[in-house]
Amino acid sequence: MSDTSFEPSIVAFVCNWCTYTGADLAGTSRITMAPNVRIIRLPCTGRIDTLFIIKAFERGADGVIVSGCHPADCHYTAGNYHARRRFAIFRELMDFVGIDPLRVTFSWVSASEGGKWADVVNTATERVRKFGPFQMYPKPAEYVGE
Amino acid sequence: MQELRDLAKKLFQEKRVDAILGYEIDRRGGVRPAFATQIEDCDRLVFDHRCVHNLASYVSPRRTHVADLGRLGIVVKACDARAIAGLIRENQIKREDIVLIGMRCGGVVRDPAISEPLDPANVAQRCIGCEQREPTLYDHLVGAPKPAPAGERRRNARLSEIESMSPEERLALWKELLGRCTRCHACRQVCPMCFCERCVADKTRPAWIETSPHMRGNFAWHLTRALHLAGRCVDCGECERACPAQIPLGLLNRKAANIVAARYGYTVTDDPAKPAPIGAYRLDDEQEFIA
Repeated sequence: MSDTSFEPSIVAFVCNWCTYTGADLAGTSRITMAPNVRIIRLPCTGRIDTLFIIKAFERGADGVIVSGCHPADCHYTAGNYHARRRFAIFRELMDFVGIDPLRVTFSWVSASEGGKWADVVNTATERVRKFGPFQMYPKPAEYVGE
Repeated sequence: MQELRDLAKKLFQEKRVDAILGYEIDRRGGVRPAFATQIEDCDRLVFDHRCVHNLASYVSPRRTHVADLGRLGIVVKACDARAIAGLIRENQIKREDIVLIGMRCGGVVRDPAISEPLDPANVAQRCIGCEQREPTLYDHLVGAPKPAPAGERRRNARLSEIESMSPEERLALWKELLGRCTRCHACRQVCPMCFCERCVADKTRPAWIETSPHMRGNFAWHLTRALHLAGRCVDCGECERACPAQIPLGLLNRKAANIVAARYGYTVTDDPAKPAPIGAYRLDDEQEFIA
């Protein structure tokens, strides 16, 4: 724990075939990791629209993890390649409008990498904890006050 | 001008078009888009430095009233031809269904209401340094070759200025700029490349992009718009011109274009056969940001 009481909430969008299974392995292997991550399982990283990431932040997430099969391992052959291009561009656009792209962690975690998943979760949680809460959107009351 | 009118008449006489989409003088003496649906209309057609509008917006398939006119001839500058090429590339129109009247262009003004001759003060920024004085995608090419417009190229100055700011300054800037957005979606309506039958911004179950002009919806919309146009934006500047809140939307589009150029070596051209970078991939794409 850091010296503040802030506990980040992190949303993880993961692919069903690799990372979700990898996270499952981390669980069945009884690896201890930060409890801040909520997993949302999707068929493929190719299914992860960048709006999912935006929506997570809008709804109060402080950080996001996006993870799927390693290149050449995609269950659907090429979903992760398409996703990789999309995220690469989106990430730089985020940076351009001043949202720290490091709040979003991208990784490849295969079904056998339970330990790596725990690392990804712990690293992302620590990083976001240092950033502090995501407070980009003004509350409705602040709007009225303006 | 006469060359354009003669060509238009010839196209009607030879029954190669049912309508021609071009420009005419409006009631206030400015220039506006116009349809010539019969041979008598051809004498209204004009083309000069005030023909700012990207007419490719009219031929996207969701404009059914245009499609109903029949076989269309369309007056295009080089930038408009890039949009037409994009629509062909993305299977929205067929090359053989349209007749392209390519115009040699010496740059246009910022606003079609400007009546003075083209000068460095009123030329559209995108035209300064534009290397395409004429389209390469055309059926007929009209006009004499024109020199490139003079003027100081400030296009990327603002972009690099923003890039050199701190993230906090950038966020504050975009909060101010996008905070002006009223979500009228004029930028989408005017964009030749925004042709989805149902836009994600209109979806309400679930509402992916909040419809009210709140910071949440505004950021979601403008980031999504820029992303959807990455590698597709033809840099015609219509979104910026249409924006009633004067948000410099071109900055986001240009940033996306720069990212695509740097990462995937892609620039938008008027060659419909050249595949776009999104929807394609390479096995060895850079992935330095993925752990």
